[in-house]
Amino acid sequence: MTQMTKPAPSLFERLGGAGAVDAAVDIFYRRVLADKSISHFFDSTDMDAQRAKQKAFLTMAFGGPNKYSGKDLRTAHAPLVARGLNGGHFDAVAGHLKATLEQLGVEKSLVDEVIGAAASTRKDVLGQ
Amino acid sequence: MAVIEYEGATFHCSDSENLLSELIRQGADILFSCRNGICQSCMLKYKGGAPIPELATAGLKETWRNEGYFLPCLCPVPGDLTISRISNPGIIQRAVVVDKTFLATGICAIRLDTEKSFEYHSGQFINVRRVNTGLIRSYSLASVPSLDSSLEIHVKRLENGVMSNWMCDEVASGEVVQLIGPHGASYYLPGRPSQRMLLVATGTGLAPLWGIVRSALAAGHAGRIDLYHGSRHSEGLYLCNELREMVSRYNNFHYHPCVSGSTTREGHRHGRADDTAFAENADLTGVRVFLCGAPPMVQSAKRLAYLAGASLADIFADPFELRDLRSKTRTDPDPGKIGLPQKALTV
Repeated sequence: MTQMTKPAPSLFERLGGAGAVDAAVDIFYRRVLADKSISHFFDSTDMDAQRAKQKAFLTMAFGGPNKYSGKDLRTAHAPLVARGLNGGHFDAVAGHLKATLEQLGVEKSLVDEVIGAAASTRKDVLGQ
Repeated sequence: MAVIEYEGATFHCSDSENLLSELIRQGADILFSCRNGICQSCMLKYKGGAPIPELATAGLKETWRNEGYFLPCLCPVPGDLTISRISNPGIIQRAVVVDKTFLATGICAIRLDTEKSFEYHSGQFINVRRVNTGLIRSYSLASVPSLDSSLEIHVKRLENGVMSNWMCDEVASGEVVQLIGPHGASYYLPGRPSQRMLLVATGTGLAPLWGIVRSALAAGHAGRIDLYHGSRHSEGLYLCNELREMVSRYNNFHYHPCVSGSTTREGHRHGRADDTAFAENADLTGVRVFLCGAPPMVQSAKRLAYLAGASLADIFADPFELRDLRSKTRTDPDPGKIGLPQKALTV
């Protein structure tokens, strides 16, 4: 006898979906702006557009709906790589992502999943 | 099938997909990127027709929603619609100068009456063009629709500024100019009347904030309002008496004149307006912030306000570009040789 089972909830659902992104985006964006070692990559005259980019990034890192491919990440970050974006910067951003989730009280196993997903984009982001 | 009018073209859309997908599929010229309501690249302006569902405006700035902005990528086709891009050149009309008053050395207030009724919010800006020339500049509106019968702008004389020198030296009552606009989403909307407000201006950046403060108080805003106005010299601070009079009339309004150079007058604080404002208001969580002045000040203040806890949706700062910081006077085209530009100039 077969039993109907619900598919296991996705990482995005377990984190709380779009609401989790909304809760995280300002914490995360304030953290990276306040970090002088990386803030120059996030400074923009259009802060609303920058915040929207951070929202897109978090949506992706949380496993949410997005249409960005590895190639898109490569293209989007190429100008930053040309300006010196390196592994140290990547790690600093990942650190702020982790701290943001911890500040929101997200349980450790989920934090690890998110950081794992973010780490998987490393080569594309750094153009390696 | 719904009929969608967009930028002079007509599209027939079914409701099977969202509005953006329908329009793109039919070849409409629209910027877009994420298609998920995140990047806001595809934002359009509602002009009329079936109401836009709320989910297509969720998360947008209050003043943007008030302008009719919405995200077509999140919008089911709601029925027949007229929509446009968000940056449209505005309406051009003639306006006549009805008054000119010097507020301080090198700063004058010019009042203008338009031929047709002109709808705007205090804090928005207009473009003013000298008739039959290409000379055009943006000025913020200091007037309040419910209080003032004329439009008012504040013009600061810039050393080599063609427009500002013409305005300060030659323009008199009766002069006709062309006016385009209004533009901008940096203005006061009633609602949330107990919210704290922080306003920081330098120089003639006071103009829109003077309008915003008066419209907020006229609308019965009850939350504390702090206005910091900065200038290098005491002489550059203007409307001081009017602002002090408002302080005595409204318990919730506080005025902080700041002088960054040598302070000469009593009652003026020493220091830059933005530095003073942020030093005295370290926690801006839930505060509505208005900023106007030179772009570097506005840019850095916007960032500081956000880091101090203000939500970006609550920080209002239209870019205020000084176009006249050049080393020598620009030669504008000979008015005899050119007609009016074919299209309205966008700024």
